[in-house]
Amino acid sequence: MTGTDPGTAPRPEVSEAGRLDADALVDDPGTRIIVCCGAGGVGKTTTAAALGVRAAERGRRTVVITVDPARRLAQSMGLEELDNTPRPVPLSGANGAAGGSGGAGGSLHAMMLDMKRTFDEVVREHADPERARQILANPFYQTLSTSFSGTQEYMAMERLGQLRQSGEWDLIVVDTPPSRSALDFLDAPERLGRFLDGKLIRFLSAPASTGAFRLLGAGFNVVGSVVGRIVGTQFLNDLRAFVSAFDTVFGGFQERAERTYRLLQAPGTAFVVVAVPDTDSMREASYFVERLAKDSMPLAGLVINRTHPLPTGPGARLGAAEALAAADSLATGDHPLAGAALRLHAERVRVHEREAGLRARLLSAHRSLRVVEVAARPEDVHDLAGLRGIGSALAGEDASGDP
Amino acid sequence: MSDPERGPRDSGPEAAFAGARLHIVTGKGGTGKTTAAAALALSLASRGGRVLLVEVEGRQGVAALLGSAALPYEEREMLRAANGGSVHVLAADAEAALLEYLEMFYGIRRAGQALTRLGAVDFATTVAPGLRDVLLTGKATEAVRRRAGGRRHSSDGPGNAPFHYDSVVMDAPPTGRIGQFLNVNSEVAGLARVGPVRSHADRVMEVIRSERTRVHFVTLLEEMPAQETRDGINEISGLGLNLGAVLVNMVAPPLLGGADLAAAAAGELDTAELVRGLKAARLETASAEAPEALAADLAGQVRAHALRHLLQERVRGELEGLGPPLLELPLLEGGADRAALASLARRLSEQGVGR
Repeated sequence: MTGTDPGTAPRPEVSEAGRLDADALVDDPGTRIIVCCGAGGVGKTTTAAALGVRAAERGRRTVVITVDPARRLAQSMGLEELDNTPRPVPLSGANGAAGGSGGAGGSLHAMMLDMKRTFDEVVREHADPERARQILANPFYQTLSTSFSGTQEYMAMERLGQLRQSGEWDLIVVDTPPSRSALDFLDAPERLGRFLDGKLIRFLSAPASTGAFRLLGAGFNVVGSVVGRIVGTQFLNDLRAFVSAFDTVFGGFQERAERTYRLLQAPGTAFVVVAVPDTDSMREASYFVERLAKDSMPLAGLVINRTHPLPTGPGARLGAAEALAAADSLATGDHPLAGAALRLHAERVRVHEREAGLRARLLSAHRSLRVVEVAARPEDVHDLAGLRGIGSALAGEDASGDP
Repeated sequence: MSDPERGPRDSGPEAAFAGARLHIVTGKGGTGKTTAAAALALSLASRGGRVLLVEVEGRQGVAALLGSAALPYEEREMLRAANGGSVHVLAADAEAALLEYLEMFYGIRRAGQALTRLGAVDFATTVAPGLRDVLLTGKATEAVRRRAGGRRHSSDGPGNAPFHYDSVVMDAPPTGRIGQFLNVNSEVAGLARVGPVRSHADRVMEVIRSERTRVHFVTLLEEMPAQETRDGINEISGLGLNLGAVLVNMVAPPLLGGADLAAAAAGELDTAELVRGLKAARLETASAEAPEALAADLAGQVRAHALRHLLQERVRGELEGLGPPLLELPLLEGGADRAALASLARRLSEQGVGR
């Protein structure tokens, strides 16, 4: 339950909750990969893009890989749409330079993972042209490369490995695929590898009269025929053709998955866990922090998006009960504005207290976890200015979120 | 299905529900899809009769909502409406549905269990996500077709017997996946061109395409969920499926009047009046010491509230233009539980949900 292995937890001397300092993270030339992870709908993609903009404008040659097909993100970076190739993001305005370049030699590129195309490239690279053609045309391969759960995560890692190897960027920010569970990102590639290498796929793809079927005995023929009935014999035939063509690619496939997995454990990688202040999301974040420690993956800290901080002035000391009592003390019809403002404040304080409680509970289980909060904004992010706003909140420059 | 009195398709809430027996509820993650689906089921049961709520994502969201332990793969009565109507819940699971299907069509329970041990069921449903979806939609459509007195699994029972369930509500996958999930035919096209899966899929699709089925979208008054609702509606109508209603969830009324909202959003809040009001209110000394500074803090919050509210109104306007009627569900203080669910169901009934 503790998950804070002193051997892997960052800076164990920090006993109180430290603040996750985004600037220190992106400024450190040793940081080569930042992986943003968390359950779906917590603002991972926006966080990744904001970190990318921040890093580029502070001088890093940065690329952001997203998996979010929403055009909104592309448009917020001034691009019509994103594809599988990194495209330069025109950074202009507040921090100066034009045409994909940020301050002090930095630049930003962005791309969106196209898992089928990435998978196709892997196949072409590992198989001779004739085999590659057979594999790419196989209907089973088409299912595998477009809808197998795990392919997207595997291909995100694959693409990450490619970008890292190209040496064109000194910082890669990865937005992980949306999934029910944040852990899928770590588990899915292995699942895919295990599946492709598994006994069952070999068993099912063996011709009925030979190999596995004969060895396993007649009883198992029933199984084969039942699977055939469920998925159709045509499907089994496609599967057999696929496995025999894919055999040559297998070794390389597993090896690559393992290599990328090791890359995630290397010192240049930093995981940023993203959450929102609700019970499910914070629980998910807690699991993820534990899992990273168990797998010796370097954790930079936690971003809690859409929080509701209290104002910085005397409002911070005005409690919910007192604000409500004060609102009630106003005679009906008198000062409706003050009454509404006091009720609004009481609501804000209650929300803030609930969020602070969730945060405290998480930190009591993970004492060395570094955290930064990004306050809820009235509007979604639409442009670079919005991403810069999130970036400065990540760097601790703007805590309120109020306009 | 067209009613000559009211024209072929009335866009009011009643028309969005009239004649429907399978309600598919989708929405972006985080919009409260499960709560809305459960409230809809309870609302439909409030006219009497039996309603089945099917959950298909294996999240046990209904169990969490009702504060019960994880539900097994079995139709179980979980809620009762005031006038004797009931809501039964099924936490559907592709693996169990596959075994049931094998037993139903082939009588091969034992071989099915051997398949489970070998991991073949897991294999078949992961390697072919389409198969998983067909099994889950198949489970819901089977419940729609089931007749009283018919053997539970032997298709339809006596042709003129009343239906076992008056309505079936499905807590379906999120908007991003709903088109693929419901387009059962094309999902299995690459899988089985002929054979039992194919004909099963055809039977499922017949129900899903029919006037008996409506697809409802749950959204919030926020940009991204609204955008996903728009995309989802286009996708669903493109597939030729019938749209139901848009359920706008977690609606909170503004705390300020229109003039104050507009002024606050424009940054022109009457802070002098706010200060006077704070002075008039009985605040404890510590907070009352600097009413101007306190007013500045509160004004910042009022402005954020006003901006958010104006944005919500804009989003609502966009949603109204999409076609399907909007039904509203209020923001619940303190989360959803059984009592809250009953009040949400009442709100839906008041807005025209019926059979």
